[in-house]
Amino acid sequence: MNDDFDLDDLKSMMHDATPSPDTKAKAENLALAQKNFADFQGSRNDPRPTSRPNIWTGAKLMFNKFTSRGALTATTAIVACGVMIGTPQGRDILNITPEAPAAKVALAEAETNISPTPDFAAPTVSATVAPAQAVDMEVDDAVALRIEPEAQLRRIAPATIEVEAIQQPALDLPLAPPPIATANPNAGVPNLLDLPPLSNPPEATTETFANEAPNPLKITSDEPVSTFSIDTDTAAYSVIRSSLTRGMLPPVDAVRIEEMVNYFPYAYAAPTGEAPFQPIVNVFKTPWNTDTQLVHIGIQGEMPAVEDRPALNLVFLIDTSGSMESTEKLPLLRQSFRMMLDNLRPEDEVAIVTYAGSTSVALLPTQASNRQAILTALNNLSAGGSTNGQGGLEQAYVLAETMKSDGDVSRVILATDGDFNVGLSDPRGLETYIEEKRDTGTYLSVLGFGRGNLQDATMQALAQNGNGTAAYIDTLAEAQKVLVDNLTGALFPIANDVKIQVEFNPATVAEYRLIGYETRALAREDFNNDAVDAGELGAGHTVTAIYEITPVGSPAQLSDSLRYQAKQPASDTDELGFLRLRYKTPGSDTSQLIEAPFAALGAPDTEALFAASMAGFGQLLRDDTYLGDWGWDDAIELANDNRGPDQFGYRTEAVQLMRMAQSLSN
Amino acid sequence: MRMTVSDEDLASAAQSGDEHAFASLLARQYDRLFRLCFRLTGSRHEAEDLTQDICAALPAKLASYDRRSKVTTWLYRVAVNASHDRRRKQQTHGRAADGWGDWELNRQAAIAENADRTDWLTTAMGQLPPDLRDTLALVLDDMTHAAAGEILGVSEGTISWRLSEARKHLKSLKEKEGA
Repeated sequence: MNDDFDLDDLKSMMHDATPSPDTKAKAENLALAQKNFADFQGSRNDPRPTSRPNIWTGAKLMFNKFTSRGALTATTAIVACGVMIGTPQGRDILNITPEAPAAKVALAEAETNISPTPDFAAPTVSATVAPAQAVDMEVDDAVALRIEPEAQLRRIAPATIEVEAIQQPALDLPLAPPPIATANPNAGVPNLLDLPPLSNPPEATTETFANEAPNPLKITSDEPVSTFSIDTDTAAYSVIRSSLTRGMLPPVDAVRIEEMVNYFPYAYAAPTGEAPFQPIVNVFKTPWNTDTQLVHIGIQGEMPAVEDRPALNLVFLIDTSGSMESTEKLPLLRQSFRMMLDNLRPEDEVAIVTYAGSTSVALLPTQASNRQAILTALNNLSAGGSTNGQGGLEQAYVLAETMKSDGDVSRVILATDGDFNVGLSDPRGLETYIEEKRDTGTYLSVLGFGRGNLQDATMQALAQNGNGTAAYIDTLAEAQKVLVDNLTGALFPIANDVKIQVEFNPATVAEYRLIGYETRALAREDFNNDAVDAGELGAGHTVTAIYEITPVGSPAQLSDSLRYQAKQPASDTDELGFLRLRYKTPGSDTSQLIEAPFAALGAPDTEALFAASMAGFGQLLRDDTYLGDWGWDDAIELANDNRGPDQFGYRTEAVQLMRMAQSLSN
Repeated sequence: MRMTVSDEDLASAAQSGDEHAFASLLARQYDRLFRLCFRLTGSRHEAEDLTQDICAALPAKLASYDRRSKVTTWLYRVAVNASHDRRRKQQTHGRAADGWGDWELNRQAAIAENADRTDWLTTAMGQLPPDLRDTLALVLDDMTHAAAGEILGVSEGTISWRLSEARKHLKSLKEKEGA
C-alpha cells in the first residue's frame, strides 16, 4: 500500500465525479441513433448469405436442384407437414392433443421418419405422409392446402403419387405454412425452431449512391421517342477511380455511365452559328456488336473569351463537421481552393461560410485581390462537431444575395463529404429550397470529398436542382481539373435546361437503347415544357450521349416483329432518326429549339471511339448484358488506340483504371 | 418481454434490421456508455459530444459486432476507438484561431467553463498518458483485466502493467500536490 495508490479510493471518487447523462441530450442522441439506424437499413445491401451449413442448407440445396414445380410443391408440403407434426410448436398450431391415441401413434411414426438432415427423398416421403393421413382431418387439411392450387402440376411429378391419394378439400387454416414461392424453407420456419441467424450483414459503409436500373432496350415501333436531360457531372467517374485505386471494384450503383463518358474533354467541332452550342451526330459500327450501330451525339459548348467573362461572386460553403478531418477532405479542399484562387481575377469576390453544429461566416465577401485574407480564412478552417447542411445553405445564399450586382454570376460552391445528419436531413426538403434559390439566379455546385460516408444521392439531388454540377474530388489532380482547367466551364453557364429528344425512324431502326442517363430520363411531353428543369451546359463543356441501335433486318435484333400489327409504313427516307435539342440562354425563361435529322453510317473519329470505349467500360462495371463476348481486353485496346492528343493525361489514366478493373474483376 | 432478452440477442436482431431491438439495446446501454465516455474524456461537455458521435455512428458500426464477444465489450471498444479519433482531431486542431466565427468562440467558452469545474481527479486523469487513462477508465468501470485487454486489443498482462504504471503516476501527482 505504501508505494501504491489506492484504486478503491479513486474508484469511489470517480463514481462521485461522474455526472448522470443529461436527459435531453440522451433523448436526442437516442433519436439520432434511431434515425441513422433507419437510414442505414435503407442503404445497405442485402445480407450476404453464409456458407456455413446448418440443418436447412441441405434441404435448400435439394430445393434448388428440383426443376419440377410439382415436385417442389409436394416436398414443400411434406416438409411443412413434417414440421407441423414433428415439432412441439407445430403440434400446438395443429391443436393435436396428446390424448388422441391415433395421433400419438402416427406422430411417433412420423418422428422416426423425419430426420434432421434434409433426407426428404421420395421413398421417405411416402412413408412419412402415409401415416399422417390417418392422424386426423386437420393434418390432412394442412397437406391438402399446400397441394390444391398446384393440382395440374401434380400430374407430372412422380414424387407426389402418395400425396395425391390424400387430397382433401382445401380449408382456410390459419398459420398454414408459407406458399409455394418459399422454396427456401428458412423464410417461414425460423420462428418455430429458433435457428441461428443465416446471414452476416455486409461490411458497413454509410455511402449512398443515386442510380436507376440500366436503360432497357426499346422497340422503335412501340416507343420511337427517347427524351433526357444532359448531364455534365463527373462525380461518378472520380468515385470509380477512387474505388479502383483502393483495390476494389466500385459499387454497381456508383457507375453512372454518362458521367464516365462526360468526364473527358472531347475535341468536337466548335459552334459556328448563333446558338451557344452545336450538336454533331456520328453513326458507326458498335465495337461490341458488328450487327448494331452506335449513334454518337456530341455537343460542344462555345468558349467565350475568358477576358470577357462577367465578375464572379463565389460563396464557398464548407462543411467543417468532424467527419471532414481526414487528409483527403478538409486539407485537400484547402489546397484545391488555393489553386483556384490563383485563377480568379482581382474583381471577383469570394466569401466563406462554414457549417458544422452551427453556421458561421469565416470570411465576409472579399475581393480576390485580397489574397492574404482569403488564404488566412482558409487556413483557419478546422473540423469538429456535427453537420447542419440546411443552416449553412441558408447563410450562404443570404451572402450571395448581398454580393450580387448587375451582370455578375453568383454561385454557391458547397464542399462536403455529404454528411447532412442534423436538422433538415431529408434531401427532398433541401432540394425544394435550392430550387427556389435557383430561380433567383444563384447557382449551386457541389464538390464531394472523401469516401466512407459519401452521400452521392444527396449531392446529385442538390446539384441537379441548383443548376450546377456535382464533382467528386479525390486527388489534387482532380481538383486541378474541376476547379482550374474547367474554371470557366464550371462557373459560367452558357445554356440552361438543355434537353435532348431523339425520334427514331421505325422503318430503319428496329430497336434502340440509350447507354447511361438513367437518372436523367424525362417524359416525352417534358421536352416542350419549359417549366421542367434539366441540365446546364457550361462554357466550353462537351456533352456526349450514345445510343446503340439495331437496324431493321439486322441479325442482332432481339425482339420478333409482331404478326397482327399494321406494317410500318415504308418511309422513303433513309434517315435513322431526328435529333431535337432545347435550351434556354441564361436569364431567359423560354427555350429555343435546334433540330437536325441524322442518317448514314459514317466512319468514327478517335473522339467518338474513345467515348464508345468509356461506355463499354461503364457497362463492364455495371451490366454487360449487351456486350456479348466483348471483354476487358477489347475495351482497353479501344480506349488505348483512341487516346488522341490527351493534353492533360486523363485518357491515359482511364486506360490504367481499366487495367486495374480488369485484374480486380478476374 | 424485451428485458428478458440478452444484449447479444438484441444486437443480433438489430444487425438483421430490427429497429426495436436496436432501440432497446441502446436505451439499456446508454447510461453506461455515457459514464465510460466521461471517464475517457474527463469532461461532461466532451463526454456528451463523444456520446453523440458514437450514437450517430453506431448503426453503421453494428455490422462489426461479432456474437462471440459480449455486447458491452464490443460497445466499449467502439467508444474507446471513437475517443481516440476525437483526441487525434483535437491534437491537430487544438489551437483555435481567434475571432473567426461564433461557433469556435462558443466552443472555446464551453471548454474553459468545464476546465474551471474540473477537480483534482479529472486533472489527474488528464495528465495520464492516453493508454493509461483508457485502461484506468475501463477498470474503474468494473471491467475485468481480461475484458479490458480484449477491448483495447492488448494482453491481460499489459493491462495489469499499465494499471500499476497508472498508480505510480497518480501517486507521484498526489505527492507533488501534497508537497
